[in-house]
Amino acid sequence: MSTRTSIAHRLPAALRDDTGGTVLYGLLAATAIAVPLLTALPSSSPFNLSPYVLTLLGKYLCYAMLALAVDAIWGYCGILSLGHAAFFSLGGYAMGMYLMRQIGTRGVYGDPVLPDFMVFLNWKALPWFWYGFDHFWFAMVMVVLAPGLLALAFGWLAFRSRVTGVYLSIITQALSYALMLAFFRNDMGFGGNNGFTDFKDILGVPLSAPGTRMALFVATVVALAASYALTRALLRSRAGRVIRAIRDGESRTRFLGYPVESYKLWLFVVSAVIAGVAGALYVPQVGIINPGEFAPINSIEVVIWVAVGGRGTLYGAVAGALLVNYAKTYFTGALPEVWLYALGALFILVTLLLPRGLVGLRPATWFPSRRRLGVRPA
Amino acid sequence: MAALLAAVFLFASPAAAQDAPAAAPAEAVSTPVPPADFAGLVASLRDAGFADKEAIVERLVASGHASARVVLRALLEDRLVVRAPDQGVFVATSADETLPAADLLDPVTLKPIGSSPRDALTRIGTNNRLRRVLKGLVARTELANADPAVRLNAVTELLRAPDAQTTALLRERIGTEYETRVRREMETGLAMADLDGGDKPARLTAIQVLSHRLLPDVLNRLKALVAKAPDGSFVEPDADIRAAAAAAVDRIEQARSIYSGAETLFFGLGLGAVLVLVAIGLAITFGVMGVINMAHGELMMLGAYTTYVVQTLMPNHIGWSIAVAIPAAFLVSGLTGVLIERSIIRFLYGRPLETLLATFGVSLVLQQAVRSIFTALNRSVATPAWMSGTLQLNDALSLTYNRLYIIAFTMIVFGLLLLVLRRTRLGLEIRAVSQNRAMARAMGIRTARVDALTFGLGSGIAGMAGVALSQLTNVGPNLGQAYIIDSFMVVVFGGVGNLWGALIGGLTMGVISNLLEPAVGAVLAKIVVLVALILFIQRRPRGLFPQTGRAAEQN
Repeated sequence: MSTRTSIAHRLPAALRDDTGGTVLYGLLAATAIAVPLLTALPSSSPFNLSPYVLTLLGKYLCYAMLALAVDAIWGYCGILSLGHAAFFSLGGYAMGMYLMRQIGTRGVYGDPVLPDFMVFLNWKALPWFWYGFDHFWFAMVMVVLAPGLLALAFGWLAFRSRVTGVYLSIITQALSYALMLAFFRNDMGFGGNNGFTDFKDILGVPLSAPGTRMALFVATVVALAASYALTRALLRSRAGRVIRAIRDGESRTRFLGYPVESYKLWLFVVSAVIAGVAGALYVPQVGIINPGEFAPINSIEVVIWVAVGGRGTLYGAVAGALLVNYAKTYFTGALPEVWLYALGALFILVTLLLPRGLVGLRPATWFPSRRRLGVRPA
Repeated sequence: MAALLAAVFLFASPAAAQDAPAAAPAEAVSTPVPPADFAGLVASLRDAGFADKEAIVERLVASGHASARVVLRALLEDRLVVRAPDQGVFVATSADETLPAADLLDPVTLKPIGSSPRDALTRIGTNNRLRRVLKGLVARTELANADPAVRLNAVTELLRAPDAQTTALLRERIGTEYETRVRREMETGLAMADLDGGDKPARLTAIQVLSHRLLPDVLNRLKALVAKAPDGSFVEPDADIRAAAAAAVDRIEQARSIYSGAETLFFGLGLGAVLVLVAIGLAITFGVMGVINMAHGELMMLGAYTTYVVQTLMPNHIGWSIAVAIPAAFLVSGLTGVLIERSIIRFLYGRPLETLLATFGVSLVLQQAVRSIFTALNRSVATPAWMSGTLQLNDALSLTYNRLYIIAFTMIVFGLLLLVLRRTRLGLEIRAVSQNRAMARAMGIRTARVDALTFGLGSGIAGMAGVALSQLTNVGPNLGQAYIIDSFMVVVFGGVGNLWGALIGGLTMGVISNLLEPAVGAVLAKIVVLVALILFIQRRPRGLFPQTGRAAEQN
């Protein structure tokens, strides 16, 4: 016990009392170093990492960021959002719009300004909401603003009128569903059914180049670590305590004089922005974004990642996202029939038997942070 | 029966008498011994020449026999045939020569006597002149038929290709027609004919008559009167006629738009009724247990598949299948619901968000199970004859029977559910548990049993909603998902846990989305409804009919 404490004292302040976080940072650092090395190996080597696996890993890490965003509001504030796929997709669409503009004259129709689908729809000029997306910085601003502003407007409306619990879950699901239907429409100007694909360049370098892919992967690792650090710092702060107080007794916190709505709103916006950034990193790696990403089932799947990993721990959400997605890749490849059964069973078993997720299975001595970031069934 | 025959004869005889002078010589020349009875007359058609046939046909009409009309129509439509083996004359039900066999009717009794291969049948031929005579005779006999439906049909058929002969015939019959529907149809036809004539007062009267009709044909005809030719001059030279026609067009269009509004309302109510059925199941499970059952849509899907299975089990009694499917679906979905409650939900009380996740898992499993058993393909469920077709209220407004029945069914289920909740022991216990679980238990109510039964009841209603839905759309594994978000909206709109909220909410949502659909398209209508709902929740966070009292204050 004493050695453990002494090690903890030598760690930087942010990592003290955060065993899970330390492990996460360590693993992410190891990934950021090992993956480029393994990809550099000749393809004959058994340890070589193929571009397919690299893309898959990058995708998982984006999902992990999304899970982190959901855990921040669900695990710590008790807000079960069934619409986070919408924020993820909005970030992805903002990035997709930039990538579409970078195609330039290399599209099928060769139009220097209009993306292919607009030429196909016989549009003559770029719609106003596409202005600026030829600049990377503008697209990055929109990656933050689009989900952030939607979360701000929606959260303001919902929290102000004290929509809580299952009501809020259903309304967020409806939001995501409405956006999905809207993006499916051709005249929305977002490519309709097919969405965006066939990207060529990012920041002037071809997307398909191994170096670009590696850079995107490392950027995702860094973004995930940064999101973890940010949410953890936020939730460990004084504000974080109020947020947990809201989760455990909303009315009581309100009566104590805290502006419950503002706390919820800002946490919701931060969470939405993290989801948006995850989406923006997802699109160039996967190479496609379409309205299917808005589907309500996607949002619900995120929630199960968090539940499997362990809600209210942040690193548990990351672990859950990686595990469940690995299982999904495996099952949909090997036993496609079984996947929905497995996912359904996972939902049932985790909620029934593992309310604290896999993280909850570790021995009690691993719980230095338990008292501070304790979890209670919502 | 005798009186009816007499009536037919009375109507028919003037016609026969009128045509008699033309027919008499032919008869005198070539039919030496005319067979007196009906069967004999029909049989004699077999070998008669065209002129003879004409005489026989006249006599068939004059006989006043009830089957004369059918025989004449069969002859006109090339369906009167001679069967080779016995040289008997029969009525075939179809004139289609490409079919290998035809079903035959006895010409006298009109009873089916089985079918015969096509090659054994020779049709009794007609020529142009005979057909013209036949057409007139058939129309005449039919217009004199005692059954208004036959008369109406005859008029519609006559008006399909009107000529001087038919107008004359109609003018002659209109005086004796007492059935309003048939008379209206005749008046319309005559007015249309008058419109083409040169007599100005008659034309104005005709426009007057037509202005009370709603048929698209009439509207187009009147519109043609006020239209301009390409060179800018009016097609119709007479200004009075034009003015009258313009007024009539206005009137008709106004009436038609009112009726099409009524039709939209009706379709909206039909859609709303399904939503209500889905939502009341959700409402009672949430009201009692505070559980949002994400598998509710899949329980509905089970109901729809039950209908499919029932129909495959009794393919010869499609008419009864729905009556069997309703209780069967209630049982299948209800028992599944009880099973879900006993095995999963009861461990999760007081944790509504986790229940939501667990039931979502159940929904995935049920979907995949259905996919494994029935494949992912859509199954089509047959609509029984008594549920198909439309109720034609007038020329502009028709209501489909399946929606009418679904609306009625919803009202019955709603009424029964209210009765169960208000008047039975179980209902009392359900209400007690939903108001205060702990107190109800203290008073000796077995809450676990009530929970299971309530959940079963809500799920059973979802199953019955599935039966209704199977009559509107195809049955597939995604059926539940397509409706579940809409029904959540209804529950949130109406107020969670409130039956009246589900009823008003469902009907309103159905009508609103149907009203919006023609204006902005189906997808945008959905989006508008969703956004409107999100805004509505701002004003009333607990829906139209919020739960009141202490039960509502738990947080």
